[in-house]
Amino acid sequence: MMMKITIDGKSIEVPQGTTVLEAARMLDIAIPTLCHHPKLTPFGGCRLCIVEIKGIPRPVTSCTTPASEGMEVTTSTPRIKDLRKTVLELILSDHPNDCMVCERAGDCTLQEMAYAYGIRENRFAGERRIYTKRDGNPFLERDMEKCILCGRCVKVCDEVQGVGAIDFTYRGFQSKICPPYEEDLDCEFCGQCVAVCPTGALAGKMWSHKGRQKGVREVDTICSYCGTGCNITLHVKGNEVIRVTSREDTWNEGWLCVKGRFGYQFINNPDRLAKPLIKRDGKFEEASWDETLEYVGKRLNEIKASHGPDAIGGLSSARCTNEENYAFQKMLRAGVGTNNVDHCARL
Amino acid sequence: MASLAAIFGSGAMTNSIREIEGMEVIFIIGSNTKETHPVIANRMIKAYRKGAKIIVADPRRVPMVRFADVFMSLKPGTDIALLNGIAHVILKEGLHNEEFIGEKTEGFEEWKKSVEEYTPEKVERITGVAKKDIVKAARLYGGSRKAGIFYTMGITQHTCGSDNVRAIANLATLTGNIGRESTGVNPLRGQNNVQGASDAGCMPNVYPGYQLVENPEVQAKFEGAWGVPLSPKAGLKATEMIPAAHEGTLKALYIMGENPVITDPNTHHTVEALKKLDFLVVQDIFLTETAALADVVLPSTCFAEKDGTFANTERKVQRVRKAVEPPGEARSDLSIILEVAQRLGYPMKYTSPEEVLLEFGQVWQNLAGITYQRIEKEGIQWPCTDREHPGTQYLFKGGFPKGKVPFSPVSYTPPAEVVSDEYPFILTTGRNLYQYHSGSMTRRVDAIESHAGEPYVELNPSDGERLGIGDGEEIRVASRRGDIKIKARITQRVSSGTVFIPMHYREAAANVITNDALDKKVKIPEYKVCAVQVSK
Repeated sequence: MMMKITIDGKSIEVPQGTTVLEAARMLDIAIPTLCHHPKLTPFGGCRLCIVEIKGIPRPVTSCTTPASEGMEVTTSTPRIKDLRKTVLELILSDHPNDCMVCERAGDCTLQEMAYAYGIRENRFAGERRIYTKRDGNPFLERDMEKCILCGRCVKVCDEVQGVGAIDFTYRGFQSKICPPYEEDLDCEFCGQCVAVCPTGALAGKMWSHKGRQKGVREVDTICSYCGTGCNITLHVKGNEVIRVTSREDTWNEGWLCVKGRFGYQFINNPDRLAKPLIKRDGKFEEASWDETLEYVGKRLNEIKASHGPDAIGGLSSARCTNEENYAFQKMLRAGVGTNNVDHCARL
Repeated sequence: MASLAAIFGSGAMTNSIREIEGMEVIFIIGSNTKETHPVIANRMIKAYRKGAKIIVADPRRVPMVRFADVFMSLKPGTDIALLNGIAHVILKEGLHNEEFIGEKTEGFEEWKKSVEEYTPEKVERITGVAKKDIVKAARLYGGSRKAGIFYTMGITQHTCGSDNVRAIANLATLTGNIGRESTGVNPLRGQNNVQGASDAGCMPNVYPGYQLVENPEVQAKFEGAWGVPLSPKAGLKATEMIPAAHEGTLKALYIMGENPVITDPNTHHTVEALKKLDFLVVQDIFLTETAALADVVLPSTCFAEKDGTFANTERKVQRVRKAVEPPGEARSDLSIILEVAQRLGYPMKYTSPEEVLLEFGQVWQNLAGITYQRIEKEGIQWPCTDREHPGTQYLFKGGFPKGKVPFSPVSYTPPAEVVSDEYPFILTTGRNLYQYHSGSMTRRVDAIESHAGEPYVELNPSDGERLGIGDGEEIRVASRRGDIKIKARITQRVSSGTVFIPMHYREAAANVITNDALDKKVKIPEYKVCAVQVSK
């Protein structure tokens, strides 16, 4: 069933169950949010998405209010703006002002909101939560001083990953998100929580001080581990891959696993082979490409001449591209003249 | 994959990963999906949240068991008995799809007789799975017309691997759970481009696009395309090349990006064989255990240093892009191949990787419609037969390439090696969540190495108690082929009598002890079952 709803004077028909926030986004009307995430169930926690609906005396959260027939919504009035600003000031009153050294500066939803609403001084300044515990795990940095309790990490861990490693604990000012008994995180380290965190509360430990936006290029490609083929984005500074993320608008919806998200350091590893090697008297010696390739060609041609093409075989790689695999088997079949070519599909 | 191709006419995952969300029943057998394909597991969990029922059959209590309605902890190597038992119950309870069987299959009556003997009682005796669980699984799977089966190496890495696949296909055929959206048979590929390497003809019996080497028409077609005479006989499989090297009939081997010393069964035998070669070339990004044995090592590039495409497990051809420069003088695999081919007297003139893909599309219709420009934003799933074709979300929508789907009778045969007084444990091998394959990549990632850098053998608490072995204690695991020292991890994940070792660790390489007995048809080694002894 379709519902007709009017938002800021613009009308749209939406299917039953669509929220006011979703309808507004279909109309390209911007409503600020912190706790909402399109792939997770709505929660109404941050109160930034409040709107006025005709006939309802108080503002309501648009992320949890389903559209209904004939609903008239106003998303931005002086009163709403003022309320949103107050909500932000309250959140920021308990947030360390250390954007200068924060990994997420420039890519932080909270920072962007403070910027949009021009919040610098804070009339609610006062006591702040202090969090000194550092997790022993090598993947995820959790800085609960920067946590705004939006709950996205809790939801993604449960709803998407099916792990449920963390949840809200304590009440009021003491509220925090942590593993049971505030122990170190012990989970699958997929980093889905890092991907959805709107602040700098969660980050990759290996990203630390490697680079944020300036001088960082982003290149979309495909993960090189299992056969799922998740879309990944490599963040590159200079000639180094410093971070891996995944875009939400890809088929894998931005979700990755521990290898895909944190297993990239082999790329710039110092053990990488950088020169051709020829073994002489049982020891490898560096050689030029020309010399090496001539030697390979000569030996293969000799063996083919004396033992026939079927004395030569090739093992191709499931790590390499389609193009390389195609060229490899063609080299063996058309160049050498043998069908002795295979790869590790069985292993 | 070859077995699946023989039955349905194509050996790839029939559904798309996205379609998992719409499945009513998900039957996972021989796949530790949550650890080996975690993002596919996310989709399964999404389906579960929407009400899908999940069946897991595995010798180990793998993480997906948490979401399962039925968990069947079968003895390693007894899959056929279990699958035939499920088919038996489906038939007995009349849950089979008569319409589908009548219209689209052949050989039903004969096959039906073959499963008669697999009563739940008998299957319980063979597999160790309780009768009631077999019946429950059969009712769930047989009761749905929107069910998917998922499997990986837990099914294929057996001497009866190809028969295991046939038994799976029989179940899907019996219920008509194939050829529709969110309904099908889905082998999950273990490596980023296994699908692509297979598609590209890196197999000894087929040219690109699974076209048979021993078919004279196909041979003539490729001779025309490539402009040279080609060999009419199928070549050696990887698992046959090693013995051939050992016997001295294979003199030279060119290995691109593989590490058989770690990944092949029976390591000692593999090393001896490679040492006997007159000439070994290894092209890789690290000096792997295999590269160390080579006469020549060619430094190549990793995925982040080159342009090209990978085909994922759902047949989707996706764009790989160069992000960084390779170290030192390392060159892309493609450019090295072109240089070597030139010196073999067969110059291949490609000016870009895309030209190779376009040629690939000319010799295989299923890729004919794919260009880099078309997959700039999102990949396309083959078959994609022309430039207007949108790609194929799931296979066999319009019927099966071979017309009718055959039922193939398969019977349970015990693994090549069974337990004895001397070797009383079954060893099964696989991956864990953190490490990957031979470890040449992940073991160079500090965070992964510090978290999961130590080899271990999983041992059931009751076995630990009986042998006086505690958690973390170093023990010896030995088979008829070799032995390793390794730390015990006491866990309920394995049942009593079974031990598990992840394959990634060279310092306690599981494949020192695994069995190199092969499946008789597709020559896959039996990594998943061998007999071992465990001692302090």
